[in-house]
Amino acid sequence: MADTNDSNNSNNSPGNHSSGNGNAIEIRDLVVDYGPRRILNNLNLDIPAGKINVIMGRSGAGKSTLLRCILGLKKPTSGSIRMLGTELTTATPHEVNSLRKQMGVAFQGGALFSSMTVGENIQLALREHTNLDESTIRIMTRIKLDMVNMLPFENLMPSELSGGMTKRAALARATIMDPKLLFFDEPSSGLDPITAAELDELILLLKQGMNMTIVVVTHELESAFKIADKISIMHGGEFLVMGGPDDIRACQDPIVQSLLHRTPRESRVDTDAHLRALVNGEIEPGASGNIE
Amino acid sequence: MKCSLTAQEGFDLLKLSGEVDLNYSPRLREQILASLKEGHALLIDLADVSYIDSSGIASLVEGFQTAKTAKLAYGLLNVSVTAGQVLTLTRLDKIFALYDSAEQFRQQL
Repeated sequence: MADTNDSNNSNNSPGNHSSGNGNAIEIRDLVVDYGPRRILNNLNLDIPAGKINVIMGRSGAGKSTLLRCILGLKKPTSGSIRMLGTELTTATPHEVNSLRKQMGVAFQGGALFSSMTVGENIQLALREHTNLDESTIRIMTRIKLDMVNMLPFENLMPSELSGGMTKRAALARATIMDPKLLFFDEPSSGLDPITAAELDELILLLKQGMNMTIVVVTHELESAFKIADKISIMHGGEFLVMGGPDDIRACQDPIVQSLLHRTPRESRVDTDAHLRALVNGEIEPGASGNIE
Repeated sequence: MKCSLTAQEGFDLLKLSGEVDLNYSPRLREQILASLKEGHALLIDLADVSYIDSSGIASLVEGFQTAKTAKLAYGLLNVSVTAGQVLTLTRLDKIFALYDSAEQFRQQL
């Protein structure tokens, strides 16, 4: 049965930050406000180590904000993020740096440096954080390029790559330090179905071969159900439901069902409110699910 | 990581144990290249390796290439499940010569 984000989930009990319980990341009572707007509302989430954890939801559900908090790019308003045994929200810069060396991130757009070749992009972290021999760096780079089927393209510039190649190069770069935690932001978006399926296979291989904890933020249903050990669905800055793929499929929540079956939003029925919004700009609270 | 080199009849046996990661792979590389520089065939025992990362694999690859150039026998012994998964992921399981026993390696010298 799927878990919901409430006190019934014993693993989510506030204050339970114990490490060694099989979780790579534990999020407790996480709140993010942008001015008067609440973007993340009291989130609790356990991310089990060595598993593929998919965070899903419609655009504006809060997925990207949550990912930015986990990556330490956004400081939450309140709450706790415990990662690999370190409390991120109160960590010193040294602790944050140490954590970041154990994290790899494949950003949606690749985020490759345009002035460097693909190979130079991939080996950047090794040059910055290690004293490895040049030949080791070169071989490691090529091992990662081969892993993502990009070995022939080591000397190309990012501008010469297709969308799929850029994503694969970004994945090679994200894994160059063999991180314990690997994050993907929309790995399949904009890819043709075959390339997307290949990327899914690669994510599964990474989990199996390198025993990485993988967090994938996506709204690609097919991909999510293929790769996920655990799926957490967000809506309106909260977790609506969590569980294995079968739990999510069986969930009868109407919002989850509409997400799974790609049902469009219902048309507005309150014509007065709609008119007031159009004429006077009076938006009623909760009128839109999009909060980002 | 622990690393011990013993001279066998006709080859060197390098036994590794523990975690081979970014901190220890430079030492592994040095040890492999030093043995090959002496002109010795080399068998690397991975039975007790609990974790090996890409830098460790890169050291094994560099050793393989160096041995090939020098026409020296080079192989991996008792590849642990963990190390085997990484070799499979990087498709190097098809490239390295893998052995189940030192005797098997000795016979093909």
